[in-house]
Amino acid sequence: MAKRAFVDRRKCAYCGACVAVCNLLAAELIETFLEIKEDCNGCGICVKVCPMNALRVAEV
Amino acid sequence: MFDVVVVGAGPAGSMAAKTCAERGLKVLLIEKRQEIGTPVRCAEGISKKGLQRFVEIDRRWISAEVIGAKIYSPDGTEVTMAEEMAGNEVGFVLERKIFDRYLARLAAKAGAEVIVKTTFIGFERVGNALRVKLKRMGEDWEVETKLLIGADGVESRVGRIAGIIKTLKKSEIESCAQYLMSGLDIDENYTYFYLGNDLAPGGYAWIFPKGNGCANVGIGVLPSIAKANAKFYLDRFVEKLEIRGKIVELVSGAVPVYGEVATAVADNIMLAGDAAYHSDPITGGGIANALSAGYHAGIVASEAFEKKDFSANFLRRYDELWKADFGWKLRRNKRLQEFFLKLDDETLNSLARSIAGKNIREMSIEAIIAELIKKNPSIIELLKSFLSP
Repeated sequence: MAKRAFVDRRKCAYCGACVAVCNLLAAELIETFLEIKEDCNGCGICVKVCPMNALRVAEV
Repeated sequence: MFDVVVVGAGPAGSMAAKTCAERGLKVLLIEKRQEIGTPVRCAEGISKKGLQRFVEIDRRWISAEVIGAKIYSPDGTEVTMAEEMAGNEVGFVLERKIFDRYLARLAAKAGAEVIVKTTFIGFERVGNALRVKLKRMGEDWEVETKLLIGADGVESRVGRIAGIIKTLKKSEIESCAQYLMSGLDIDENYTYFYLGNDLAPGGYAWIFPKGNGCANVGIGVLPSIAKANAKFYLDRFVEKLEIRGKIVELVSGAVPVYGEVATAVADNIMLAGDAAYHSDPITGGGIANALSAGYHAGIVASEAFEKKDFSANFLRRYDELWKADFGWKLRRNKRLQEFFLKLDDETLNSLARSIAGKNIREMSIEAIIAELIKKNPSIIELLKSFLSP
């Protein structure tokens, strides 16, 4: 099963920490809106770096 | 056709745009957000020296002035660094929302075109120029430029798309959370730093006064060793210190603690500020270096136009300037950070005890290291092994 990251927008404080560590440039911060693109491979580094605990990796 | 396109209207980008425009270049400064300066992602502290070099102080964006810092080891031992002369402020706590807008206005006043809600998508090379792809309020927009300055922060796309910098690892970034709290009963003459492997693994907690009983109360942790997210540690810190105040704002952010990058340039491209990992690996401070980097990038941009040379080879002049100004310090402080990361709480306590009660006159890493060595000659050998190349 493929994995990818998902954002809980009610927790996200749109700081871009996840964008900074995403090697695939799959996370993009658009104003206050975090978008995770399909290229995400679910590596989970963004989950670890998120100050707000707003990200999780799940199977798709 | 622009001479210079600057991506990101933070301190580095606005300073670069202002410097270029003042030297007669045609500058476009883009900001992806609709409002410059918000949301804030910063603890807002800066040394007086670092600020005054590049900007005339304006009280409208100074929240508070401090005369020193107090550092607390895990057992609460206090180390004070302060100017002994009253009225000799050494640091400021800024109001970034106003400061960033002020700098962008200076850039605009110097002649730069400033456009918000516009995102950098990518670029392609055309001859010795670049075609920069942007998205402006949802619409594709392409502009040609000779130079591109990436000041697009810790999440820089310019630097990574251009292949200048590598994506940060989880040991190279501090994950941060902060509350702006009101109704606090603190001595507003100092900034406060709290250390401890359990309290803030791989980082520290801070209280920076903002005047009228308000303060930025925050924490940074290193995700490679932290067991939970920054906000978890922040809530625990507030509870443990019994900080009784109302939370009136939440800030989250990330700070590169990479050290010195080999180069911040490519053909036609320069990076400045957090985009070039210019923040300090020990303090996390980034505003002063960002202002310096933006200024120097602007100077080298205007020299590149004089010489009509936009090659990486020529732009390395910018590398020389920022490295001579503060790059050496990033390199040294990265090694010091690695040294401090190895210290357990008991060692931190005993080091703090060895210099507690002495007022260290100067508020700097250098001053505290000098005092530590004076009192603990045995750490010299250890430090040497970290500081030798």
